[in-house]
Amino acid sequence: MKKDVILAGVGGQGILTIAAAIGLAAVESGLHLKQAEVHGMSQRGGAVQSHLRISDLPISSDLIPEGSCDMILSVEPMESLRYLPFLSADGWLVTSSKTFENIPGYPDKKSLFSEIRKVENHQVIEAYDIARELGSQKVSNIVMLGAAAGKLGIGLEQLEEALRLLFGRKGEEVVQLNIAALLAGDKASREG
Amino acid sequence: MGKLVLLGDEAIAQGALDAGLSGVYAYPGTPSTEITEYIQRSRAARERGVHSDWSANEKTAMEAGLGMSYAGKRAMVCMKHVGLNVAADAFVNAGMTGVNGGLVVVSADDPSMHSSQNEQDSRYYGKFAMVPVLEPASQQEAYDLTRYGFELSERFSLPVLLRITTRLAHSRSVVERGEEKAQNELKLPGDLKQFILLPSLARKRYKSLLRTQEHLIAEGEQSGLNREEDGADRRLGIIACGLAYNYYREVAGGSGPGYPVLKISHYPVSPGLLRLFVKKVDQVLVLEEGAPFVEESLRGILDEDPAIQGRMDGTLPRDGELSPGLVRVALGMEQPPERTIPEIVKNRPPALCKGCSHIDTYNALNEAIEPSGPGRVFSDIGCYTLGALPPYNAINSCVDMGASVTMAKGAADAGLRPSVAVIGDSTFTHSGMTGLLDAVVEKSAVTVIISDNSTTGMTGGQPSHATDRLVAICQGIGVEPEHIRVINPLRKHHDENVRIMKQELEYEGVSVIIAQRECIQTLKKVKS
Repeated sequence: MKKDVILAGVGGQGILTIAAAIGLAAVESGLHLKQAEVHGMSQRGGAVQSHLRISDLPISSDLIPEGSCDMILSVEPMESLRYLPFLSADGWLVTSSKTFENIPGYPDKKSLFSEIRKVENHQVIEAYDIARELGSQKVSNIVMLGAAAGKLGIGLEQLEEALRLLFGRKGEEVVQLNIAALLAGDKASREG
Repeated sequence: MGKLVLLGDEAIAQGALDAGLSGVYAYPGTPSTEITEYIQRSRAARERGVHSDWSANEKTAMEAGLGMSYAGKRAMVCMKHVGLNVAADAFVNAGMTGVNGGLVVVSADDPSMHSSQNEQDSRYYGKFAMVPVLEPASQQEAYDLTRYGFELSERFSLPVLLRITTRLAHSRSVVERGEEKAQNELKLPGDLKQFILLPSLARKRYKSLLRTQEHLIAEGEQSGLNREEDGADRRLGIIACGLAYNYYREVAGGSGPGYPVLKISHYPVSPGLLRLFVKKVDQVLVLEEGAPFVEESLRGILDEDPAIQGRMDGTLPRDGELSPGLVRVALGMEQPPERTIPEIVKNRPPALCKGCSHIDTYNALNEAIEPSGPGRVFSDIGCYTLGALPPYNAINSCVDMGASVTMAKGAADAGLRPSVAVIGDSTFTHSGMTGLLDAVVEKSAVTVIISDNSTTGMTGGQPSHATDRLVAICQGIGVEPEHIRVINPLRKHHDENVRIMKQELEYEGVSVIIAQRECIQTLKKVKS
């Protein structure tokens, strides 16, 4: 078992939380893990990514080689396209539909989603709307985590456990909201 | 002792704690910040009284670390690569004094300049100071080599430089801990003249440092950290330093080429070891993150042997960080079919946060200075450096910590009017104060704007030494009290702030405008 995932988004959208949840679930299952993050200046509203690698064999590189990534999981549609050179021929592009437009010249939505549809294995999730219906758009990232779980072969139960560990300190209500987001994302992915 | 999932930075911190650390000294700087923050968060460190407060700058950190070592205890000093420039005087002379308690200096390099002004390679500093350098390839090695670094430091009575790069600093993996060692007891140096670098004594110390070099080389041969891994195909040999080793292993994989590999994590590298390895193979490819440090030593000047490949002959790019893809190309391996980034994808550079006080400060400054024309604002290192980008286009320099004040002074000496410095509060106490003293002594016509958000913002909001002290510091340095102006950078005060700035821009002497409003990010953190 070996999965290479690039998590993408804009600074502040919570991709490191997705990475932490998958990482915890993977280590709990006895898998090897490498996860490269971006800290520092780029976190100020700029493009951010994380290379997440899990495998039942030891992993050498902290970076995923170009052309071999199993999935780009993005909380923002334009950001999902930025890392296409890393995606393998049969890799999945899974992205939230919600754009984050904080720069001049942001592409029009029609051409944006037409580029996304050019990737054979793609899935667009209405993560923002789903999260809002659950009570907070803040859990959009966890909806995306749920949407990716099935394709990555990571058990929802292990991810639930990871969310408990990550959010336990903030109280049961926050834990439940995140778990609901996880399950809703998984459901949306299966129905999509 | 248990397994932990740690960033490379955190693995260093845990390694130091388990090696019996008594104190860490540091100034925040990407990608090194998380080392000290981990120790600050560690309950065990608190219980054992391990020092972990931030220092004013890397030089004060280095000196305090040396002082703790003088007193017999183990100290670690952490910084980003350009921080080592600031600490260089203390660092190089610590090689001359040697140490008492173990002293490990961590320098985190940033090839590709993700968050830095340059991509200088700290290994040159290790060579310059003639001290051992360790370069881990993985999070586990970061942990292990930190522990080994303290042992090495005490055995040779020398500071040890631990060099990492961004990818390792900010990547997580599982680390297995070893046994915990106790801290050293307080113990003065055996020779109370060891740390006195008077010329007569320094000459003796230098001879001793020179004599130690061959022992350091021998240690590098015996430590097992520079180890050869055999391969059947001897048409090429790979010399892989630090993290670069991972990229070779990644692309060579199971089906890839089976070349002999010399994995290097310990400097100085024995010339004999290199010679022996190079003789075994037809050609050599040197993989190293940063500058061609080992490659250059292999090539020399007289020997332009074409059998050496690396960053200097174009096999690999001369700048930027390595990646598995670049190593694959260097090995002549086939690339997977490549997808391209669609043209509609636009750059998304970092930007000042909504509501940031620097924005209002720049808006006021841009209006106040508009009649004088562009090109008169020197700035510095911090979030406010983003004022160089549109829509602000407000600053004309960003060179090194504190340079805004002194560059503005030099330009004022040359006759530029007005000549303005924009510096953050933490950068001011890091290296701006001494330059301000220069300006005060000569009554230079400079306007120094301290954009005071009461935090070290860009590195994630560490406490700033300047908080609540700026007015007193400026008065103490000798700025005339009527030319120390404190303003609140809010849109509603815009007109008043412009008026105050205009007044001070016209003053033929030193004025300081302190634009004080807390960082929007730290404010949010306090609220939540």
